[in-house]
Amino acid sequence: MSELWEIAKLIRSKNAGPWELTFDIMFDDAAHYEKCRQTELATSPFYARLYKVPESSVRVFECPDALAIKATIPRPQSAGAPSDTDVFGGQFHSPFVRFTVPD
Amino acid sequence: MPEAGIKAVSATGQLGTGFKEASLRTAAAGAAYIAADAGSTDPGPYYLGSGQSQPSDQAVARDLRLMLEIGLEAGVPLLIGSAGTAGGRPHVARVRRLIEEIAAERGLSFTLATIETELDQEAVVTAWKSGRLRSLYNAPEIDEETIRSTARIVGMAGPEPFQRAIAEGAQVVLAGRSSDTSLYVAVPVMSGIPMGVAYHAAKVLECGAASVVQRLYPDSMMATLDTSGFTIEPPNPAMRCTPQSVASHTLYENGDPFLLTEPGGTLDTRLARYEAVSDRAVRVTGSQFIPAAEYTVRLEAATLRGYRTAVICGIRDPLVLRQLDSFISSSTHSIAVKAQDSLGLRREDYTLAWRIYGHNGSLGKLEPETQIGGHEIGALIDIVAPTQTAADALASLAWHTALHHPVPEYHGLVSNLAFPFSPPALSGGPVYEFTLNHALVLDDPADASEITISQIDKALPVRV
Repeated sequence: MSELWEIAKLIRSKNAGPWELTFDIMFDDAAHYEKCRQTELATSPFYARLYKVPESSVRVFECPDALAIKATIPRPQSAGAPSDTDVFGGQFHSPFVRFTVPD
Repeated sequence: MPEAGIKAVSATGQLGTGFKEASLRTAAAGAAYIAADAGSTDPGPYYLGSGQSQPSDQAVARDLRLMLEIGLEAGVPLLIGSAGTAGGRPHVARVRRLIEEIAAERGLSFTLATIETELDQEAVVTAWKSGRLRSLYNAPEIDEETIRSTARIVGMAGPEPFQRAIAEGAQVVLAGRSSDTSLYVAVPVMSGIPMGVAYHAAKVLECGAASVVQRLYPDSMMATLDTSGFTIEPPNPAMRCTPQSVASHTLYENGDPFLLTEPGGTLDTRLARYEAVSDRAVRVTGSQFIPAAEYTVRLEAATLRGYRTAVICGIRDPLVLRQLDSFISSSTHSIAVKAQDSLGLRREDYTLAWRIYGHNGSLGKLEPETQIGGHEIGALIDIVAPTQTAADALASLAWHTALHHPVPEYHGLVSNLAFPFSPPALSGGPVYEFTLNHALVLDDPADASEITISQIDKALPVRV
């Protein structure tokens, strides 16, 4: 077993405009990309559950040229709204940095 | 267009964040244009709402000075988009002033075009009533009042206003809010580069040196565009692009890495191929541009929500920490009673939130961790009220109340909050919220922007 950060070269979240949040999990090698592609990290329900949004509102993309998995969700409130906790949306990926990936 | 293609240059990913002079000089040799985007919604709605800009005038002027010097020397058009972070009228005016000061300082003469893209509320109301507004993904519900009560609205311009400005002889083009790609696509498309090539190259160039393997600092980027693709290579020898680093770039800050919506259509990179042509340059081919049935510009709007005053403090006492939720709710109750009594403020007149760092300050309700693990927390008491005076008054009352709020285990007067400084409260200024996520349908790309051409002549700008 490995934790995601041990095999990914980059895990991040960022605003994609003020109304959406996008997550990128990027790898240095095809083997690790392929392995993670087969976990729930590449599925809508994973992000729907973690971020409390409807499954239908989650978009997941597989990017073989970039060796990356991307997921995009609607932002719970627009970036910088009075109740926002993270204006740039840069820390939302934190709960899955230590996601366990089977060997 | 020369057979070898045309050379496109990005001075840096965001005007004011800097670049190496040597990098821009290298890139500028043989260039068809030099551009730099100056805007972003990333730092939030404050800039659009208030008219302020995020980088300082000094930082922006430093970049402008070099761009003007190198660009005018090379005799190529200089394009700046989304001036002053938010690209409204005051933002454009501010950067225009900087340009005029530099021209006076350096004895420079050139033709300047400014492109205004701020829209009046009434014009947007009219558009909404006539069915010309399209709701975008996750757009809020709006009505006439939503539009009228905004502090400022801008429409993200496409390449057409830039092209018109250049066709009318502008050497320097300063635009308000525009799509990140528009200033980069303008010249290539005028030179006969296919839209798919131009838009994909623009998407990579607009972030400056961000598409390299390891960006050491913000810096310039260059690409050569031809009829079948583009080759991208950093001018700085210390950095390099690889097929993966360039392919990764459409992921950054984009919800969809393959279909990227622009004013006139969509860039489709699903069939793009990335090949290394050296250990630091990458050739990209295969991207297409799908024209849209309607020409639309995305609207951004910010609305004033109140004024903020914040109190930052630490809580270290383990007895308070073990009952933090009840400490917060009972202090907040006492604050509310006093606010009503002393300040005549009702609960619905303001918001008061405790942001607890060390628990869920960063993720709020999405924080999966339920326990506070550490020996201290940082509390930020976040107050938003209808006026700055009310916010300041409430904050003063709030910190004082919470500071001396009784702790059941202690019998006597206590001081529960560790303030780092005096005064404990920081007056925060106006608070805005983004309130439109809609696209405006235009009959003609020029309908939502206004171009003005001027002659800048060493010291005195004269409007033509």
